[in-house]
Amino acid sequence: MNSTLEIHAGSRPRLPRGVRLKRDEARGRWTLLAPERIFEVDATAATVLELCDGERELSVIVAELAGRYNAPAAVIEKDVVAMLADLKAKRVLET
Amino acid sequence: MTAHEPPPPMAPIGLLVELTHRCPLGCPYCSNPLALERPAAELDTETWKRVFGEAAALGALHVHLSGGEPTARRDIVELTGSASRSGLYTNLITSGIGVNEKLTGQLADAGLDHAQLSFQGADKETNDRLGHYPGSWERKRAFAGYVTKVGLPLTINAVIHRANLHQVAAFIELAVELGARRLEVAHTQYYGWALANRAALMPPRKQVEESIALVEAARARLKGELVIDMVVPDYYARYPKPCAGGWGRIAINISPTGKALPCHAAETIPGLEFWNVREHSLSDIWRSNPAFRAFRGTEWMREPCRSCERREIDWGGCRCQALALTGDARNADPACMKSPDHERIVATALAESESGDGALRWRSYRQKVEA
Repeated sequence: MNSTLEIHAGSRPRLPRGVRLKRDEARGRWTLLAPERIFEVDATAATVLELCDGERELSVIVAELAGRYNAPAAVIEKDVVAMLADLKAKRVLET
Repeated sequence: MTAHEPPPPMAPIGLLVELTHRCPLGCPYCSNPLALERPAAELDTETWKRVFGEAAALGALHVHLSGGEPTARRDIVELTGSASRSGLYTNLITSGIGVNEKLTGQLADAGLDHAQLSFQGADKETNDRLGHYPGSWERKRAFAGYVTKVGLPLTINAVIHRANLHQVAAFIELAVELGARRLEVAHTQYYGWALANRAALMPPRKQVEESIALVEAARARLKGELVIDMVVPDYYARYPKPCAGGWGRIAINISPTGKALPCHAAETIPGLEFWNVREHSLSDIWRSNPAFRAFRGTEWMREPCRSCERREIDWGGCRCQALALTGDARNADPACMKSPDHERIVATALAESESGDGALRWRSYRQKVEA
């Protein structure tokens, strides 16, 4: 396992230059646009990615989502970390 | 059920614009047509800007600024800015020649999202020989530095064939060294110039298989550091590639003079009339140009495509290749093992790969080569 793929409570995830979250109006969906790639993301993932501004730490993002969705932080954290780690492995998210 | 009506046209996802056919390089596998379009007839700035706006309104997400060498256009910064402001993810596909640090910064400031830089070889000698341009190695490396310095994502694009297939590992090292986020290892596709040079470019099957294994191992090793995409050589494949993602399904290609094409080689197919963006809106072309409807969907298919369970995966493969190798664009792409012509073209490829013919004809305006 590549240790650079790990995401911690203190990580500050962000979309690097060249990766953009964009509403695809023609197809009624959210997308993540990247070099030669288009990832379809659901509305929840889009909400998470909007918080990934390189300023907020993961723990802050999780707390915010837990409040917004009225769900246990531990559950949210597990889902968010899995999603962000997957995007990091695809080289479309940095921490 | 044997065939479907052509589906209602969805929006194109990608717009590939060949801003010019001018290019300092002379790559013998260039994807431009053999009959290159002259600079004097190129579209003007305002028409391109209108096309970008129309593409975004139609639902396109990516625009690929290509050529020839797109930075040979004096208005490349203005065009980049216009594409970006239209909301399109803007990708520059370049040789890197003639793009200095100042211009790279201007492109980044104009909103460029990504730069894709070609290398013809993974060392100076090979690169400069196959690009037919002495000194291009140093210039390409310098451009890679400008791109990463300004913070843009960089893709290294390596088209591979018999003369550089032994360098796949070195291309991977080069991409890592230059700080690329992505590497594209693309086996040559044999249309146009590459078809004319096929005997000198076709790799032996064993080397192709080794290159695929090498890329797969590197992908695992470099996960999270470098994304590696590979285009496999379809003569040695079992199934054809869905050319351009299916005819008139997700992509539009615009030539330097404004002709809208379903793929870059579509003009080789006789009997198709391609509308020009000077006279028609992109939306009109996408929906109504008979050339875009000619092979859209599955209605046009013959056997073995028509009843094939993969007909909406492969979309019959490539029409231009079917024409070039079987004489009829409606036939199955002979890259498919179900094609009656498959064994013959594989045998041709194998024979050419062992022929020892190494003579290359360089792409240029002057030496038009008949395939």
